[in-house]
Amino acid sequence: MRILVCVKRVPITGGRIVLTDDARAIETRHLGFTISPHEECGVEEAVQLVEAQGGESVVLTLGPEEAEEQLRDALAIGVDRALHLVTDGEEWDPQATAAAIVDAIHEEETANGPLDLVVFGNESADSGNFQVGIRVAHALGRPVATGLKSLAVESGTVRCEQEAAGGRDVYELPLPAVVTVKEGLNLPRYPSVPGRLRAQKKPVDARTPARPAPRLAMQRLVVPEGDGKEAEILGEGAAAAPRVVELLREIGVLT
Amino acid sequence: MTVLVYLEHAAGTLDEPSLQAATLARSLAGDGHAHGVVASNSVLQALEPPPPVGTVHVAVHEVYASHAPRAVAEAIAELGERLDATAVVGPGSERGNEVVAHVAALLDLPLAANCVDVRESEVTRVRWGGSLLEEARVEAPVLLLTVQPHTVAIELGADGAPAVEPFTPSLSGEALALRVVERVGAAGGGVSLADAKVVVSGGRGAGSTEGFAVVEELAALLGGTVGCSRAVTMAGWRPHTDQVGQTGTKIAPELYVACGISGATQHMAGCKAAKRILAINSDRDAPILATADYAVIGDMHEVLPAISAAIRAARP
Repeated sequence: MRILVCVKRVPITGGRIVLTDDARAIETRHLGFTISPHEECGVEEAVQLVEAQGGESVVLTLGPEEAEEQLRDALAIGVDRALHLVTDGEEWDPQATAAAIVDAIHEEETANGPLDLVVFGNESADSGNFQVGIRVAHALGRPVATGLKSLAVESGTVRCEQEAAGGRDVYELPLPAVVTVKEGLNLPRYPSVPGRLRAQKKPVDARTPARPAPRLAMQRLVVPEGDGKEAEILGEGAAAAPRVVELLREIGVLT
Repeated sequence: MTVLVYLEHAAGTLDEPSLQAATLARSLAGDGHAHGVVASNSVLQALEPPPPVGTVHVAVHEVYASHAPRAVAEAIAELGERLDATAVVGPGSERGNEVVAHVAALLDLPLAANCVDVRESEVTRVRWGGSLLEEARVEAPVLLLTVQPHTVAIELGADGAPAVEPFTPSLSGEALALRVVERVGAAGGGVSLADAKVVVSGGRGAGSTEGFAVVEELAALLGGTVGCSRAVTMAGWRPHTDQVGQTGTKIAPELYVACGISGATQHMAGCKAAKRILAINSDRDAPILATADYAVIGDMHEVLPAISAAIRAARP
């Protein structure tokens, strides 16, 4: 089977978010970057499916030149090749992102044959728009199941488990299909050193799509104000235990 | 303006995120009309509690016996067109976002997900699970948005119960095909993280799988549930079902005890709805101390056994 997995490069924000002077981006000079968490699981799932059933996996990102780092990470854990839709660093809105991915899928399928499965994260860690995978599915005329914690491919269908109150809802989609996945789907492996070396030789096909005018146009970012409180220090080490028990009584957790 | 709001329900009972979305929709409608829409496999007589809209339209179809996201979206799109709605609002829950994203894809309109405020075509929405806000302009003839849960205070209908009007949506083959074929039970027993009144979590400071023994001991004494941070899950010390955070479970307990957890934005996005946070951390400068209500400075492996022992000793 042939699988495409779409990923986004996001900063590792740590404890506090600091913005650039124009308040249009996070200051990332001192930050590392990663594949957005849900999508890390998407990459792992694509690699596992191809390991089990044969075929080919392809990773795609839309992002700045530096996002090649995330493509190489995916190649290092076993994805076969990469497509890079290179941007100038400005964030694209969800409709523009979906449209560029749809174009890339059409080109990929014309050149290399149909894709059985296109995998997205349920939402990106940074912008959290919850929609790119669904838009791509509609544009391709393929079914889509979202927020999946388990998926299994067998005889032309994909069995999808979505978290729901008190259990999981199961969908069975005919292939080709689109799925959006969530962290917890699997435990992504770390790239090995030989994997990293192999990744350097795998092909990354870069192209530069034109960015349409945004229809969800970000104006500026704002770090929410804290409430200015500071934690009341109850004590240090084991000596704090009596005061903690007192607190647990005060707030009704212990009776 | 005329605003249509999608409401999620279980047998006619609306959930809080839906009532929050309805409240924002009512205020957005101003002097105009606010309509609600629900999907049901049977005709409903009334919705409880009464949402602040004039009319609730009930899309009735057997496919709605279980979750059928595209079929719900097609009913919303059809009704929005019939009412000439200039805004469509939904709850920013997992399913609300899913359904409204289908509406956006069907109508090729932009969607602003998880908004906390809206002023005509200007919205404020959350990023990073709420650690950052974005002000954005939506360029569209019809405004589509979902409302970030628990950021709008619920106002119920002032004029009593809204009128209820059933309708039969016309649904595509694709919509009828995208439906649940089976419901499987949740793994494990006990109180789920999302519903727990007390959650005791360990982070990197736990050090290992075995390091969670002290966390489990205190959680059991408090009748609580064990949680963990993403670093712990990634290290394989605990299953992902225990993970509290932006990409794990979002919790809202009476008390959250965070042990050896630094307080990365990823984690805080999952626990900031806790009524009280007690941090136990050896680092006085850990970011979590800026959000916690109480803190004990010290190694969790010394502090937790001491608290557990003190609880036992204090028992009559």
